[in-house]
Amino acid sequence: MSLDQTFLGRVYPPTEPYAVGREKIREFADAIGDENPVYRDAEAAKALGHPDVIAPPTFLMLLTLKADGQVVFDERLGLDFSRVVHRGQRFSYQRPVRADDLLTVLVKVAQLDTVDGNDVVTLQDEIRGATGELVCTATTTFVARADEAGDERTAGGRP
Amino acid sequence: MTEPVNYTDVQPGTRLPTRVFTVGRADLVRYAGASLDFNTIHWSERAARDAGLPNVIAHGALTMALALRALTDWAGDPAAVRDYRARFSKPVVVPDDGEPARVQVEAVVAEKLDSPRVRVSVTATCGADKVLVMPRVLVALKE
Repeated sequence: MSLDQTFLGRVYPPTEPYAVGREKIREFADAIGDENPVYRDAEAAKALGHPDVIAPPTFLMLLTLKADGQVVFDERLGLDFSRVVHRGQRFSYQRPVRADDLLTVLVKVAQLDTVDGNDVVTLQDEIRGATGELVCTATTTFVARADEAGDERTAGGRP
Repeated sequence: MTEPVNYTDVQPGTRLPTRVFTVGRADLVRYAGASLDFNTIHWSERAARDAGLPNVIAHGALTMALALRALTDWAGDPAAVRDYRARFSKPVVVPDDGEPARVQVEAVVAEKLDSPRVRVSVTATCGADKVLVMPRVLVALKE
Protein backbone atom coordinates (compact mmCIF):
# COMPACT_ATOMS: atom_id res chain seq x y z
CA MET A 1 0.00 0.00 0.00
CA SER A 2 1.37 3.39 -0.81
CA LEU A 3 1.21 6.40 1.45
CA ASP A 4 -0.62 9.59 0.55
CA GLN A 5 2.30 11.95 -0.04
CA THR A 6 0.11 15.01 0.54
CA PHE A 7 0.52 14.24 4.28
CA LEU A 8 4.22 15.11 4.05
CA GLY A 9 5.01 18.30 5.97
CA ARG A 10 1.57 18.44 7.52
CA VAL A 11 1.49 20.02 10.98
CA TYR A 12 -1.31 19.15 13.40
CA PRO A 13 -2.81 21.52 15.96
CA PRO A 14 -1.28 21.21 19.44
CA THR A 15 -2.90 18.52 21.58
CA GLU A 16 -4.99 19.32 24.64
CA PRO A 17 -2.67 19.99 27.60
CA TYR A 18 -1.62 16.86 29.50
CA ALA A 19 -1.29 17.38 33.26
CA VAL A 20 1.66 15.38 34.56
CA GLY A 21 0.64 13.77 37.85
CA ARG A 22 3.11 12.65 40.48
CA GLU A 23 1.25 9.38 40.99
CA LYS A 24 1.38 8.73 37.25
CA ILE A 25 5.14 9.28 37.34
CA ARG A 26 5.41 6.82 40.23
CA GLU A 27 3.25 4.29 38.40
CA PHE A 28 5.36 4.61 35.26
CA ALA A 29 8.62 4.29 37.20
CA ASP A 30 7.21 1.16 38.92
CA ALA A 31 6.30 -0.28 35.51
CA ILE A 32 9.87 0.03 34.27
CA GLY A 33 11.17 -1.30 37.58
CA ASP A 34 13.10 1.86 38.39
CA GLU A 35 13.33 2.60 42.09
CA ASN A 36 15.17 5.90 41.76
CA PRO A 37 13.80 8.23 44.49
CA VAL A 38 14.05 11.24 42.15
CA TYR A 39 10.81 9.98 40.56
CA ARG A 40 8.95 9.77 43.89
CA ASP A 41 10.41 12.01 46.53
CA ALA A 42 10.51 15.80 46.03
CA GLU A 43 13.34 16.12 48.54
CA ALA A 44 15.48 13.62 46.62
CA ALA A 45 14.75 15.57 43.44
CA LYS A 46 15.67 18.86 45.09
CA ALA A 47 18.94 17.38 46.25
CA LEU A 48 19.80 17.02 42.55
CA GLY A 49 18.72 20.58 41.80
CA HIS A 50 15.22 19.86 40.45
CA PRO A 51 12.28 21.93 41.74
CA ASP A 52 10.10 18.82 42.07
CA VAL A 53 10.03 15.13 41.19
CA ILE A 54 10.95 14.41 37.58
CA ALA A 55 9.69 11.74 35.20
CA PRO A 56 11.78 8.94 33.67
CA PRO A 57 13.23 9.83 30.26
CA THR A 58 10.80 7.61 28.36
CA PHE A 59 7.70 8.92 30.17
CA LEU A 60 6.97 11.14 27.18
CA MET A 61 6.04 8.04 25.17
CA LEU A 62 2.68 8.37 26.93
CA LEU A 63 2.10 11.67 25.16
CA THR A 64 3.81 11.14 21.84
CA LEU A 65 2.17 7.79 21.01
CA LYS A 66 -1.26 9.29 21.59
CA ALA A 67 -0.46 12.43 19.60
CA ASP A 68 1.04 10.41 16.76
CA GLY A 69 -2.22 8.48 16.55
CA GLN A 70 -3.73 11.53 14.85
CA VAL A 71 -1.58 10.68 11.85
CA VAL A 72 -1.05 6.94 11.81
CA PHE A 73 -4.71 6.09 12.48
CA ASP A 74 -5.95 8.44 9.76
CA GLU A 75 -7.20 6.03 7.09
CA ARG A 76 -6.48 8.58 4.38
CA LEU A 77 -2.74 8.22 5.03
CA GLY A 78 -2.95 4.62 3.79
CA LEU A 79 -0.85 2.95 6.49
CA ASP A 80 -1.75 -0.70 7.18
CA PHE A 81 -1.80 -0.46 10.93
CA SER A 82 -2.18 -4.19 11.50
CA ARG A 83 1.43 -4.53 10.32
CA VAL A 84 2.94 -1.52 12.05
CA VAL A 85 5.85 -1.76 14.42
CA HIS A 86 7.86 0.89 16.24
CA ARG A 87 11.23 1.03 14.48
CA GLY A 88 13.02 3.98 15.95
CA GLN A 89 12.73 6.67 18.58
CA ARG A 90 14.67 9.80 19.34
CA PHE A 91 14.24 12.14 22.29
CA SER A 92 16.14 15.38 22.61
CA TYR A 93 15.48 17.12 25.93
CA GLN A 94 15.68 20.76 26.87
CA ARG A 95 14.74 19.88 30.43
CA PRO A 96 13.24 16.91 32.29
CA VAL A 97 9.48 16.49 32.61
CA ARG A 98 8.29 17.38 36.11
CA ALA A 99 5.23 16.75 38.23
CA ASP A 100 2.52 19.36 37.54
CA ASP A 101 3.83 20.12 34.06
CA LEU A 102 1.10 20.96 31.54
CA LEU A 103 2.39 19.61 28.25
CA THR A 104 1.15 19.94 24.68
CA VAL A 105 2.39 18.02 21.66
CA LEU A 106 2.63 19.41 18.15
CA VAL A 107 3.01 16.72 15.52
CA LYS A 108 4.62 17.19 12.12
CA VAL A 109 4.84 14.59 9.37
CA ALA A 110 8.59 14.67 8.73
CA GLN A 111 9.14 11.81 6.28
CA LEU A 112 7.14 9.32 4.22
CA ASP A 113 9.11 6.59 2.47
CA THR A 114 8.79 3.16 1.00
CA VAL A 115 11.82 0.97 1.69
CA ASP A 116 11.89 -2.57 0.31
CA GLY A 117 8.12 -2.50 0.07
CA ASN A 118 7.72 -1.37 3.69
CA ASP A 119 5.94 1.92 4.34
CA VAL A 120 7.96 4.09 6.69
CA VAL A 121 6.44 7.06 8.52
CA THR A 122 8.59 9.46 10.52
CA LEU A 123 6.89 11.97 12.79
CA GLN A 124 8.49 14.83 14.65
CA ASP A 125 6.84 15.99 17.85
CA GLU A 126 7.46 19.18 19.79
CA ILE A 127 6.56 18.88 23.45
CA ARG A 128 6.03 22.25 25.10
CA GLY A 129 5.29 23.35 28.65
CA ALA A 130 2.64 25.69 30.04
CA THR A 131 4.45 28.86 28.99
CA GLY A 132 5.18 27.52 25.53
CA GLU A 133 8.77 26.62 26.37
CA LEU A 134 10.25 23.70 24.46
CA VAL A 135 10.68 20.68 26.74
CA CYS A 136 11.64 18.02 24.24
CA THR A 137 11.60 17.11 20.58
CA ALA A 138 10.74 13.53 19.75
CA THR A 139 11.15 11.71 16.48
CA THR A 140 9.28 8.46 16.02
CA THR A 141 9.61 6.04 13.12
CA PHE A 142 6.85 3.56 12.41
CA VAL A 143 7.14 0.84 9.79
CA ALA A 144 4.32 -1.10 8.21
CA ARG A 145 6.07 -4.30 7.24
CA ALA A 146 5.34 -5.76 3.87
CA ASP A 147 3.97 -9.30 4.16
CA GLU A 148 6.56 -11.86 5.20
CA ALA A 149 9.11 -9.26 6.19
CA GLY A 150 12.43 -10.56 7.38
CA ASP A 151 14.36 -9.89 10.55
CA GLU A 152 13.55 -6.25 10.99
CA ARG A 153 10.21 -6.67 12.66
CA THR A 154 10.20 -5.23 16.13
CA ALA A 155 8.24 -4.07 19.12
CA GLY A 156 6.18 -1.12 20.12
CA GLY A 157 3.34 -0.79 17.63
CA ARG A 158 0.05 0.77 18.57
CA PRO A 159 -3.33 -0.82 19.09
CA MET B 1 22.29 3.80 44.30
CA THR B 2 26.02 4.05 43.78
CA GLU B 3 27.91 7.32 43.72
CA PRO B 4 27.38 9.25 40.47
CA VAL B 5 30.29 9.28 38.10
CA ASN B 6 32.19 12.48 37.30
CA TYR B 7 33.24 13.74 33.87
CA THR B 8 36.88 13.60 34.90
CA ASP B 9 36.54 9.92 35.88
CA VAL B 10 35.69 8.63 32.41
CA GLN B 11 37.63 8.11 29.20
CA PRO B 12 36.68 6.85 25.78
CA GLY B 13 36.39 3.10 26.29
CA THR B 14 35.18 3.36 29.89
CA ARG B 15 32.59 0.61 30.32
CA LEU B 16 29.44 1.14 32.32
CA PRO B 17 28.35 -1.71 34.57
CA THR B 18 26.64 -4.42 32.52
CA ARG B 19 23.01 -4.79 33.50
CA VAL B 20 20.62 -7.68 33.07
CA PHE B 21 16.88 -7.08 33.28
CA THR B 22 14.16 -9.71 33.22
CA VAL B 23 10.93 -9.17 31.31
CA GLY B 24 7.97 -11.47 31.94
CA ARG B 25 4.35 -11.34 30.87
CA ALA B 26 3.30 -9.59 34.07
CA ASP B 27 5.84 -6.87 33.32
CA LEU B 28 4.30 -6.34 29.89
CA VAL B 29 0.81 -6.08 31.35
CA ARG B 30 2.00 -3.60 33.94
CA TYR B 31 3.86 -1.54 31.35
CA ALA B 32 0.85 -1.56 29.03
CA GLY B 33 -1.29 -0.15 31.81
CA ALA B 34 1.21 2.51 32.83
CA SER B 35 2.07 3.60 29.30
CA LEU B 36 -1.46 3.20 27.87
CA ASP B 37 0.03 1.18 25.02
CA PHE B 38 -2.49 -1.64 24.71
CA ASN B 39 -1.35 -3.00 21.37
CA THR B 40 -2.51 -6.61 21.38
CA ILE B 41 0.86 -7.97 20.19
CA HIS B 42 2.17 -7.18 23.69
CA TRP B 43 -0.26 -9.43 25.55
CA SER B 44 -2.15 -11.74 23.17
CA GLU B 45 -0.27 -14.67 21.70
CA ARG B 46 -2.98 -15.07 19.05
CA ALA B 47 -2.69 -11.45 17.94
CA ALA B 48 1.10 -11.65 17.91
CA ARG B 49 1.09 -14.75 15.71
CA ASP B 50 -1.53 -13.21 13.41
CA ALA B 51 0.87 -10.29 12.94
CA GLY B 52 3.60 -12.72 11.93
CA LEU B 53 5.52 -12.64 15.21
CA PRO B 54 6.80 -15.77 16.96
CA ASN B 55 4.98 -14.91 20.19
CA VAL B 56 4.06 -11.93 22.36
CA ILE B 57 6.80 -9.29 22.22
CA ALA B 58 7.84 -6.57 24.65
CA HIS B 59 7.10 -2.93 23.93
CA GLY B 60 10.09 -1.34 22.23
CA ALA B 61 9.75 1.59 24.61
CA LEU B 62 10.01 -0.76 27.60
CA THR B 63 13.26 -2.20 26.28
CA MET B 64 14.45 1.37 25.72
CA ALA B 65 13.52 2.33 29.28
CA LEU B 66 15.51 -0.63 30.64
CA ALA B 67 18.52 0.23 28.50
CA LEU B 68 18.43 3.79 29.79
CA ARG B 69 18.49 2.52 33.37
CA ALA B 70 22.09 1.49 32.76
CA LEU B 71 22.82 5.16 32.06
CA THR B 72 20.64 6.96 34.58
CA ASP B 73 21.89 4.81 37.47
CA TRP B 74 25.46 5.45 36.33
CA ALA B 75 25.07 9.20 35.90
CA GLY B 76 23.14 9.55 39.16
CA ASP B 77 20.57 11.98 37.78
CA PRO B 78 18.15 10.78 35.07
CA ALA B 79 18.08 14.34 33.71
CA ALA B 80 21.72 13.84 32.73
CA VAL B 81 20.47 11.95 29.66
CA ARG B 82 20.00 14.72 27.09
CA ASP B 83 19.59 13.09 23.71
CA TYR B 84 19.33 9.59 22.30
CA ARG B 85 18.01 7.74 19.34
CA ALA B 86 17.07 4.12 19.64
CA ARG B 87 16.68 1.60 16.88
CA PHE B 88 14.60 -1.46 17.68
CA SER B 89 16.43 -3.99 15.59
CA LYS B 90 14.73 -7.21 16.77
CA PRO B 91 11.85 -7.96 19.11
CA VAL B 92 12.18 -9.16 22.68
CA VAL B 93 10.01 -12.28 22.57
CA VAL B 94 8.22 -13.07 25.83
CA PRO B 95 6.61 -16.53 25.81
CA ASP B 96 4.28 -17.46 28.68
CA ASP B 97 6.46 -20.34 29.86
CA GLY B 98 7.31 -19.13 33.34
CA GLU B 99 10.77 -18.03 32.25
CA PRO B 100 11.10 -14.27 31.75
CA ALA B 101 13.13 -12.94 28.84
CA ARG B 102 16.55 -11.61 29.85
CA VAL B 103 17.69 -8.32 28.37
CA GLN B 104 21.37 -7.58 28.78
CA VAL B 105 22.54 -3.99 28.44
CA GLU B 106 26.13 -3.05 27.60
CA ALA B 107 27.26 0.54 27.41
CA VAL B 108 30.60 2.19 26.78
CA VAL B 109 31.82 5.78 26.68
CA ALA B 110 32.50 6.40 23.00
CA GLU B 111 33.67 9.97 23.13
CA LYS B 112 34.24 12.85 25.51
CA LEU B 113 32.60 16.03 24.28
CA ASP B 114 32.86 19.52 25.74
CA SER B 115 32.65 19.22 29.52
CA PRO B 116 30.51 17.83 31.03
CA ARG B 117 29.03 15.88 28.13
CA VAL B 118 30.00 12.45 26.93
CA ARG B 119 28.68 10.25 24.16
CA VAL B 120 27.78 6.75 25.22
CA SER B 121 27.07 3.81 22.93
CA VAL B 122 24.49 1.33 24.18
CA THR B 123 23.52 -2.13 22.97
CA ALA B 124 20.82 -4.39 24.38
CA THR B 125 20.73 -8.09 23.60
CA CYS B 126 18.26 -10.87 24.31
CA GLY B 127 19.76 -14.30 23.84
CA ALA B 128 21.69 -14.15 20.57
CA ASP B 129 19.65 -11.21 19.25
CA LYS B 130 20.70 -7.60 19.30
CA VAL B 131 17.33 -6.06 20.18
CA LEU B 132 18.17 -2.39 20.55
CA VAL B 133 21.01 -0.07 19.63
CA MET B 134 21.56 3.48 20.84
CA PRO B 135 24.90 4.45 19.33
CA ARG B 136 24.79 8.08 20.38
CA VAL B 137 23.42 8.88 23.81
CA LEU B 138 24.49 12.29 25.07
CA VAL B 139 24.95 12.34 28.83
CA ALA B 140 25.89 15.39 30.88
CA LEU B 141 27.92 14.17 33.85
CA LYS B 142 28.90 15.96 37.03
CA GLU B 143 31.89 18.22 36.44
